[in-house]
Amino acid sequence: MKIDHSLPLEYSTEQSRLRILGFWIFLGAEIMLFATLFASYFILRNGTGDGPSGAEIFEITPVLIETLLLLTSSFTIGLAVHAMRLGNKKAMMAFFGITLVLGLAFLGVEIYEFAHYVHVGAGLQTSAFTAILLTTLGTHGAHVTFGLFWGLFILIQVKKSGLTPETTNKSFIFSLYWHFLDVVWIFIFSFVYLKGMM
Amino acid sequence: MEFFERFAIPHPSPAIYASMVAIGLVTIAIIFGLTYFKKWGYLWREWLTTVDHKRLGIMYLISAILMLFRGGADAIMMRAQLAAPENKLLDAQHYNEIFTTHGVVMILFMAMPFIIGFMNFVVPLQIGARDVAFPRLNALSFWLFFAGAMLFNISFVIGGSPDAGWTSYFPLADNEFSQSVGTNYYMIAIQIAGLGTLMTGINFMTTILKMRAPGMTLMKMPMFTWSALIANVIIVFAFPVLTVALAMGTLDRLFGTHFFASTNGGMDMLWANLFWVWGHPEVYILILPAFGIYSEVISTFARRNLYGYKSMVASMVIISLLSFLVWVHHFFTMGQGALVNSIFSITTMAIAVPTGVKIFNWLFTLYKGKIEVTTPMLYSMLFIPLFTIGGVTGVMLGMSAADYQYHNTMFLVAHFHMVIIPGVVFAMLAALFYYWPKMFGFMLNEKLGKLGAWVIAIGTLLAFMPMFFSGLDGQARRMYTYSESSGFGIWNMISFVGALGLAIGFALIVYNIYYSFRYASRDIGSDPWDARTLEWATHTPVPEYNFATMPQIESVEPFWDDKKNGKKLFKDKIEKIHMPNNTGIPFIMGVLFFIWGFSFIFAMWIPLIIFTLAIFGCMAYQSFENDHGRYISVEEVEETENKLGGKR
Repeated sequence: MKIDHSLPLEYSTEQSRLRILGFWIFLGAEIMLFATLFASYFILRNGTGDGPSGAEIFEITPVLIETLLLLTSSFTIGLAVHAMRLGNKKAMMAFFGITLVLGLAFLGVEIYEFAHYVHVGAGLQTSAFTAILLTTLGTHGAHVTFGLFWGLFILIQVKKSGLTPETTNKSFIFSLYWHFLDVVWIFIFSFVYLKGMM
Repeated sequence: MEFFERFAIPHPSPAIYASMVAIGLVTIAIIFGLTYFKKWGYLWREWLTTVDHKRLGIMYLISAILMLFRGGADAIMMRAQLAAPENKLLDAQHYNEIFTTHGVVMILFMAMPFIIGFMNFVVPLQIGARDVAFPRLNALSFWLFFAGAMLFNISFVIGGSPDAGWTSYFPLADNEFSQSVGTNYYMIAIQIAGLGTLMTGINFMTTILKMRAPGMTLMKMPMFTWSALIANVIIVFAFPVLTVALAMGTLDRLFGTHFFASTNGGMDMLWANLFWVWGHPEVYILILPAFGIYSEVISTFARRNLYGYKSMVASMVIISLLSFLVWVHHFFTMGQGALVNSIFSITTMAIAVPTGVKIFNWLFTLYKGKIEVTTPMLYSMLFIPLFTIGGVTGVMLGMSAADYQYHNTMFLVAHFHMVIIPGVVFAMLAALFYYWPKMFGFMLNEKLGKLGAWVIAIGTLLAFMPMFFSGLDGQARRMYTYSESSGFGIWNMISFVGALGLAIGFALIVYNIYYSFRYASRDIGSDPWDARTLEWATHTPVPEYNFATMPQIESVEPFWDDKKNGKKLFKDKIEKIHMPNNTGIPFIMGVLFFIWGFSFIFAMWIPLIIFTLAIFGCMAYQSFENDHGRYISVEEVEETENKLGGKR
């Protein structure tokens, strides 16, 4: 394996550069996935049938907590990548770990939020609006869940083998994924919650 | 016993029971054959675990040809049923099931793997790469496609076929009107295959953008590679829409949501829109690589460089953009209003412009060329006029006001078959004949090949031209019968004869493969067509590393310049070559996805959860696996090269 030392470690082999580009393309596909969900949401958001509308069920507190947690986790994964580039394995692992903990907390609040919706009679089967709401949020939440396991596996590998071209490459790609989930959440926050509460 | 009742066929017929027996016997025969000839190890080592793009390409092609015959059998049954008025061969339910599976199988499980198969085989060779960017992902793509295809194909013997049309419009596809598990098969099987296709798109975009041989700038890429790049861009941006639509359809059918229902705020037109936002770009995913094949074949056998390279590229880019802006033309009659219809009418007709540019480029390539009519060239020559018939009627359908007359008639059916068969199928057959020697080391018989091409072309015209007339007379599509007084009988009889002609044509191709396998010369060298691009510059059979040394590219036709103008392609010395290792994980994941999908279709939640966990387990295993591939030493490369006729 040829290693190019003029580049950051995560870009240093041919295969890792391919992986990073491939992942950017994958994120392009993910943008289409969420764009489709958002488009469907805008179309179905007035399709409340006999069920409640967004304004009736949205609660600002859990949503704000979720937003705060996820935005902070996006910041800490950035710090982790920064530490990784400085070659500081310990700091990198700490920030990476904090990111995952924040992600877990986000997920916990989101589960509470879902339970609340079901409790107030806004389940998956209530109306087209509740279905697309829970599907859009659920798709994002499933991505976060997947990310938690994926991140944990990467963290274990970093702990085992240190900051190698391979593990830094994986960590960097994970950070792209995590930032992307944050961007999606900003859209959810603005166009689902804020717009729904107005 | 109650547990097994769900697997029964809701609407059986003797033909379905006979198929069950046949499937059982064939399976037993395959297992027995593999055991008797002790081929299990060979199958596992050389094929099931392979990550080699050439072998995956060949497996895609074999699957595509199998599916061609499955879809073809459906077609023959439909044409036989309609051949005479008030025919009783099939009843309405069977007819519904057959036109549904015919559409899905032909588009998603025949045309797609055919094209992706050639992309797999040809693109890395054309750009001078050792393999694709992510060989394991490529294997996973194939096995997901294969799992999806097999899952879809067992529907008619286990639980019932989908019967809501290949478009599966809601509310028809909802539980109320499609009660069997058939439409679940549709939702889940296509989902699995679609995931594979999305991965292919990412893989090939990365490969083409980053792994070209030194000197090959974007504007020096062969035209097929260009078309593959554009098609993969469309895949990456169109398939996620299908993913979401299918997921929502699955939720509607299995979890009681109301996305597409007409109650509780649902909107059935949302399905139609989402389906065609994917579905129309899908048409161009199929046709652009076909255009790429024609460009290669026409330029090779006209013995001229391709006319208008830049305009070819530009027109493909424009088509790819426009392909996302025309989806409403599939349902002009479904209530958008005049303004929206007009806009989509204009975008639709605009596509005729770049397509026309391409047609003229091919014609100008032929002009003053030294045309040699081989079988691939014959298909390309037949393509131009026949495809134009389909294209021009497409412009007719694109006029939204006139479309009210054509919508859902046989005129439409005639149009899209005249586009897809001369456009995609002829291209795939041309590519089959063109690349066969590179794949298998012998050529297909030219005489039989040309006979087959003529039979297929005449069969196409006979089968589909009458539909234009019966359609204009008012024969609706998807109707299982018609009265004698309608006067459609004669047109449909001609169509039936044409369909038989097509069947004979495809049988001739199979016979040709058998005949050539037995009798064709194996001494054909590595460049039997005197071709122009890089894939012919390596040995036949292609060694696993494709090229011993990296070619140096200076033009669009590097191999031609190497042969005729003395610009040496291969200058470097042989070095050790890095190759990926084989892996069983993609195949295992394919199997897991198959069972996962099957459990999902029948709403068996416990196995569903177990297999979901198993799939994630495979991904976790893959994450922890430390496999850096292997090196082929210089001596090994030299030995292989010498055996194949020396380093080039």
